[in-house]
Amino acid sequence: MIGKIAWKNMWFKPLNTVLSVLLLTASVSIITVLILLQKQFEEQFTSSMDDIDLVLGAKGSPLQLVLSSVYQIDAPPGNINYLEAKRWMENPFVASAIPLAYGDNYKGYKIIGTTPEYISKYGGKVAQGNVFQKDFEVVVGYEIAQNLGLKVGDTFLGTHGDAEEGGEVHEDKPYTIVGIASKTGKILDNVILSNIESVWNMHDHDHSHEGEEEHVHADGEVHNHEHDHEHTADCDHDHSEIVSYEGKEITAVLIKFRNKMGIVTWPRMIPQNTEMQAASPAIEINRLFSLFGVGLTALQYLAYGIMLISGISIFVALYNTLKERKFEFALLRVNGATRFQLLKLVLIESLLLCITGFVFGMIFGRIALYFISLSSQAEFKMAFNPYQFIWDKEGILFLITLFVGVLAALIPAIKAYYLNISKTLANA
Amino acid sequence: MITTQNLQFSYNSKQNFSFPDLKCESGNTLLITGNSGKGKTTLLHLLGGLLTPTSGNIQIDDTEISKLSPSKLDAFRGKNIGMVLQKSYFVEALSVLDNVILASWLATGKKAKEKAIQLLTQLDLENQIHKLPAQLSIGQQQRVNIARALINNPKVILADEPTSSLDDDNAQIVADLLANLASKHKAALIIVTHDQRLKSKFTNAINL
Repeated sequence: MIGKIAWKNMWFKPLNTVLSVLLLTASVSIITVLILLQKQFEEQFTSSMDDIDLVLGAKGSPLQLVLSSVYQIDAPPGNINYLEAKRWMENPFVASAIPLAYGDNYKGYKIIGTTPEYISKYGGKVAQGNVFQKDFEVVVGYEIAQNLGLKVGDTFLGTHGDAEEGGEVHEDKPYTIVGIASKTGKILDNVILSNIESVWNMHDHDHSHEGEEEHVHADGEVHNHEHDHEHTADCDHDHSEIVSYEGKEITAVLIKFRNKMGIVTWPRMIPQNTEMQAASPAIEINRLFSLFGVGLTALQYLAYGIMLISGISIFVALYNTLKERKFEFALLRVNGATRFQLLKLVLIESLLLCITGFVFGMIFGRIALYFISLSSQAEFKMAFNPYQFIWDKEGILFLITLFVGVLAALIPAIKAYYLNISKTLANA
Repeated sequence: MITTQNLQFSYNSKQNFSFPDLKCESGNTLLITGNSGKGKTTLLHLLGGLLTPTSGNIQIDDTEISKLSPSKLDAFRGKNIGMVLQKSYFVEALSVLDNVILASWLATGKKAKEKAIQLLTQLDLENQIHKLPAQLSIGQQQRVNIARALINNPKVILADEPTSSLDDDNAQIVADLLANLASKHKAALIIVTHDQRLKSKFTNAINL
């Protein structure tokens, strides 16, 4: 019954209620989005680098190299010589080395030339069909297959360069989908994989037919530079049957060490001895998070600031109505209510506001995340799950909300508790 | 039945009240009159357990209420004392019916809905029960007050100037209702007033 009075009172002053709930909803939804975003962002980032100790790639920004080769976000810094990279890939310290060669894309999704190991690295398998074996056979990530409605047996044309800015379409060499990867929740879901030779041959082909034409390639994409390179006279240019690695380029190599010493020594050794660099995803991503962290923390402070204001608004609302409601309280006491029941009434009213605000905040936060996810999916191929509940952090947020409610109600509740009924009624 | 002996109360050293001994049997009405400042409301609050006397006894049936602990007193007041106040106070957000039910719940922990409807019907308010208190006229509000005071079958009904804000017709109605219902429910009715209209109606009166 006390709860019912509190509930009815809440709707009796709708303007006060709406203001308090609105402020709380705003702060809770901001914090909810931040909690979910941060958690899922970090999860996606760290899960993708699970098995990668170092990335070998062209000199430049190590963060760019990691972002491009591990997360497929940025453009790669450039290409490296395959033969040079191969020497390091075959080093006895190395447990596994997966080469990556970027070339075309299909509707914005990158087509990566690599080895089938790339799939197993992310804990995926080929769910339908087979893994790529011949040139221009591809395995498509789960998300892409879903989003574009692709099936095994479909063919498509790759685009060289940005599809939206009118990149060049390779009309004569269609890719054939031979497999679709299983869902992993990792970056694998959003890439198209072929063998490396496909990437090389696609552009070999280009150059043999369009060699005269001048076309500017986006930085970091793999071309076959055989035609530009100076070769020794006896170099065999037969690139249709026997694959010559001479002068071939790839974009990056994902390396996992057998001996962890390499993680420490290679980042220094490689730039000294080669035209490449070795970047550690762990270090670079930590750096990235600490950069993000400043912004996230600022937003978090802002959200808690709004929560404080909503607490003050609840306090003012309760305190202001106390003066007119003291007769109501006196009446309840006359009818047999105890001091404690009045205290409870004020507290429940405040907590009701807070819980309502919290529930709305959770809902709106998730709706917001849904839209953020839609746009990040379109722009970065990174999706967020708005239905995830992070019990510990959201639990703490709930406790903080309740605490704000109790704090706001404290003084009004104590005043109600110590209300002098006789004086209140006599002075009416 | 309610009786008092040697009842004294002081707000401070300058404001001392000492009250004549009272006795009101169940079903009877006692009128307490007196000019402003004589302590009429103070006496009523003492009788209702809202104030604690400096000395003296207040006995309702077998219970000495000035000896009860605050929480017991709250419970006792809820169950055994019905108060009709000068102005009508309500939980504004609750309907008329819920206000009456609330009084039964606070006193007994049970919601006497049937009885509340029955009482309100007796008081000619059956069409108002789902309205908010503020939507009723003052006369109607005072009748809701009476229903609320009676809902728990109290042993004592204390009325503080129940008619002062009412016109003659309504004052007549309210006074009759109070007296009739008190005798019907076997409650001792004590009315504190300076309303001349009541003085002519109730003969059993004490002047402070």
